[in-house]
Amino acid sequence: MPEHEVVEHDVLVIGAGGAGLSAAVAASAAGVKVGVVTKSLLGKAHTVMAEGGVAAAMANVDERDSWKVHFADTMRGGQYLNNWRMAEIHAREAPDRVKELEAWGALFDRTRDGRILQRNFGGHRYPRLAHVGDRTGLEMIRTLQDHGIHQGIDFHMEHTILTLLKDGDRVCGAFGYDRERGRFKLFRASAVVLATGGIGRAFLITSNSWEYTGDGIALAYHAGATMLDMEFVQFHPTGMIWPPSVRGILVTEGVRGEGGILVNSAGRRFMFDDIPDNYRSSTADNEEEGWRYVTGDKNARRPPELLTRDHVARCIRREVREGRGSPHGGVFLDISWIKAKVPNAPEHIKKKLPSMYHQFKQLGDIDITKEAMEVGPTTHYMMGGIKVDAESQMSDVAGLFAAGECAAGLHGANRLGGNSLSDLLVFGQRAGKFAADYARQNPARTFPRDQADDAARRALLPLERQGSAEGPYAIQHSLQSRMQDLVGIVRREEEMLAALDEIAALKHRAATVGVPGNREYNNGWHTALDLDSLLTVSELITRAAIERKESRGGHFREDYPDKSPDWGKYNIVIRKGAAGEPEVSRVPVQPLPAELQQVIEENK
Amino acid sequence: MAEAVFRIWRGTAAGGQFVEYRTEATTGMVVLDAVHKIQAEQANDLSVRWNCKAGKCGSCSAEINGKPRLMCMTRLNELPLEKPVTVQPMQAFPIIRDLVTDVSWNFEVKRKIRKFSPRAADAPDGTWRMAQADVDRVQEFRKCIECFLCQDVCHVLREHKYFDTFIGPRYFVYAAALEMQPIDKENRLSDLRDPHNIGYCNIGKCCTNVCPEEIKITDNAIIPLKERVVDEFYDPLRMLFRVFK
Ligand SMILES: Cc1cc2nc3c(=O)[nH]c(=O)nc-3n(C[C@H](O)[C@H](O)[C@H](O)COP(=O)(O)OP(=O)(O)OC[C@H]3O[C@@H](n4cnc5c(N)ncnc54)[C@H](O)[C@@H]3O)c2cc1C
Ligand code: SF4
Ligand code: SF4
Ligand code: FES
Repeated sequence: MPEHEVVEHDVLVIGAGGAGLSAAVAASAAGVKVGVVTKSLLGKAHTVMAEGGVAAAMANVDERDSWKVHFADTMRGGQYLNNWRMAEIHAREAPDRVKELEAWGALFDRTRDGRILQRNFGGHRYPRLAHVGDRTGLEMIRTLQDHGIHQGIDFHMEHTILTLLKDGDRVCGAFGYDRERGRFKLFRASAVVLATGGIGRAFLITSNSWEYTGDGIALAYHAGATMLDMEFVQFHPTGMIWPPSVRGILVTEGVRGEGGILVNSAGRRFMFDDIPDNYRSSTADNEEEGWRYVTGDKNARRPPELLTRDHVARCIRREVREGRGSPHGGVFLDISWIKAKVPNAPEHIKKKLPSMYHQFKQLGDIDITKEAMEVGPTTHYMMGGIKVDAESQMSDVAGLFAAGECAAGLHGANRLGGNSLSDLLVFGQRAGKFAADYARQNPARTFPRDQADDAARRALLPLERQGSAEGPYAIQHSLQSRMQDLVGIVRREEEMLAALDEIAALKHRAATVGVPGNREYNNGWHTALDLDSLLTVSELITRAAIERKESRGGHFREDYPDKSPDWGKYNIVIRKGAAGEPEVSRVPVQPLPAELQQVIEENK
Repeated sequence: MAEAVFRIWRGTAAGGQFVEYRTEATTGMVVLDAVHKIQAEQANDLSVRWNCKAGKCGSCSAEINGKPRLMCMTRLNELPLEKPVTVQPMQAFPIIRDLVTDVSWNFEVKRKIRKFSPRAADAPDGTWRMAQADVDRVQEFRKCIECFLCQDVCHVLREHKYFDTFIGPRYFVYAAALEMQPIDKENRLSDLRDPHNIGYCNIGKCCTNVCPEEIKITDNAIIPLKERVVDEFYDPLRMLFRVFK
């Protein structure tokens, strides 16, 4: 192997979404040398797509809100499998992080008295989401990006990390290639922060982009870190379903937060038909009360459309299965009906949901101010991922940190909308800060060349086979459709066992994948290299899902349709065994301290 | 819909040519779908940037039938499919490969614009009070998805190649967002005049016409900035000279 180009940083951040940028800014503020690697250009990470808002109990709109209520909402949404300490830190620190964004130039929508406006969202008791129309993620990533470029951080855009480097038990850098020229690069670092986002590309119908191949989870897993809650994948209830080319693209929950209703082909608001017991006391039982809630009546309870995502997604699936779906296999989401309630409704809708208006108009020939949208569930978010320490975000591997969607713990079995953007800010910053401390106290000294050479050799194989072998797109597509069918929104043991066989077969196919062309900006080669992570996370999701023999949050088992109190006592963890096989085990959920138990009781 | 023909530019900085591909056009398809279909079935190594497929990230900029557009927001049913659809990379920037161009210059330019710098907080808890109306005005500019289509079409960059002395419409929008930010206290007018040379812009509105976010780049960002610059440094002769330089 020829010499690889070497780059040196104290802290290497992998990912430039909200979590990665927050980590980089914090690490750099702590005075260490920071580098950021990202597969895309700066500002294009998934965070840019977030629409609805960022959850933080600032109590600007409803003074009854507090970190305690936010904490209790998050725990209930997560069905009490959350890491309570992360949920507590998150609820306590989110308001300050949002205010910090404002100090860095973000402009949120305002209340009448000029403070940050907050909107309703599913599972949040009070209006809690700071937002900018329906493009909150763009505001957030741009603010962090524009702040970050003046902090002396080195950005390596369009670089992909292939493997983490380890010196004994600790991490000491990472190895990857630049997409433009296909040259390998060795990043030496005393601490590494993974902020690589989610896994949506493992499924066929998803709101996620090509980047979401679960790289961070796979990198950490192969480096020996522990994975947590891998069975919990969030299927967002409302994705676009027609025309076929837009299938999966997200329709923000903000539509329902602004008064949008779900109806079946018979015109019935079916969400009133099935309200889970633990939400009954806080959910409206008639349409009038639901409307009063979305228009800010503090005495009203929320409409059932704003129940948690896992529940709404399953209700939609039920309607479709029982023959009450819309023409293209979804249900109707209607915001246009508010014209019966608000003067000048079309203008109001365009103002509140500009990008949804645009998206449907341009891609679906639908004017949402006049007609209902057709929507159905789409793979959206990964609750599970790398197990981290609540305070520092360090994984089980020394020097390896993780934050944002690729880390696990905060959301338990189901994430509430808006709790991701706040997660990125709170734990991104913590990861950056603690990584900087770690790097200063434990400088890495040895950088094993052989690990890099090995990764480089493997990475070049698809190009050596050229176009004569099977291409990467066919393999990726097979995997996505198998995962969608067998490990999707409704799961059964036999199907998941079949999925494991399929994944094993796909691993063989992936081991002989070939790509035409050379190393320069070759999307085919990039896709081939991402297969490894996709297959790894697919297997981990499936194994954890087989293990959990109950239904809870994002994980629904047709063969075990009920929640089991017994399973509520365990999280599932997976580690790579000595022989390279995943070792699945249960660990007891950490018991809540009495004060926090009290907080939960008070907010039931 | 039936089969459609795409002429996609393939090549590198060293040169290239249009290559013809035939693919099926189905209901609702956008140009990016067709490019992906061709990539998956006929040309695995075809290079293209994209992320969101919903007009939110500004990655998939290209020139479709000669017009700078987002591939993910260009529906096939708005193009004349009886003729081949040409897809080529943005012409103002150096080619990397196929549809991918080197837009790194844009990221460097941004660093040269004075950063946001807020006035002291309005409230003891470190927060500010702002009116929605003041925020609205700036939010138009903050919608920018950094697709760089406006940069691609601006003749000062595209034809005259003044990359060293002109920041382009995207960064006038950026500067306008900062200048009109309700709590920012920095002044960027002197920089805008020189070295950013807002005077080179002849307000022809080509940039506004291609902006997928429908930002009124010229009317709402550039013209007000020019007015402010003129108010601060009244120098009409020099400005006239610069436009025709
Ligand atoms: C359409 C949509 C709408 C959403 N709306 C909301 C909302 O309203 N509120 C909310 O709270 N959440 C929302 N979410 C969820 C939220 O946006 C994401 O969970 C969050 O942005 C993830 O941020 P992140 O920083 O963890 O990762 P990302 O922003 O995805 O960034 C990942 C980064 O890692 C890089 N990367 C990945 N792998 C590698 C590798 N191998 N080498 C180098 N770099 C790598 C990528 O290039 C990228 O820069 C939404 C999600 C979607 C898809
Ligand atoms: S109006 Fe000015 S900035 Fe816009 S394209 Fe024309 S010259 Fe360029
Ligand atoms: S101003 Fe418009 S055209 Fe220019 S980069 Fe921004 S979104 Fe694109
Ligand atoms: S892919 Fe994001 S704008 Fe086209």
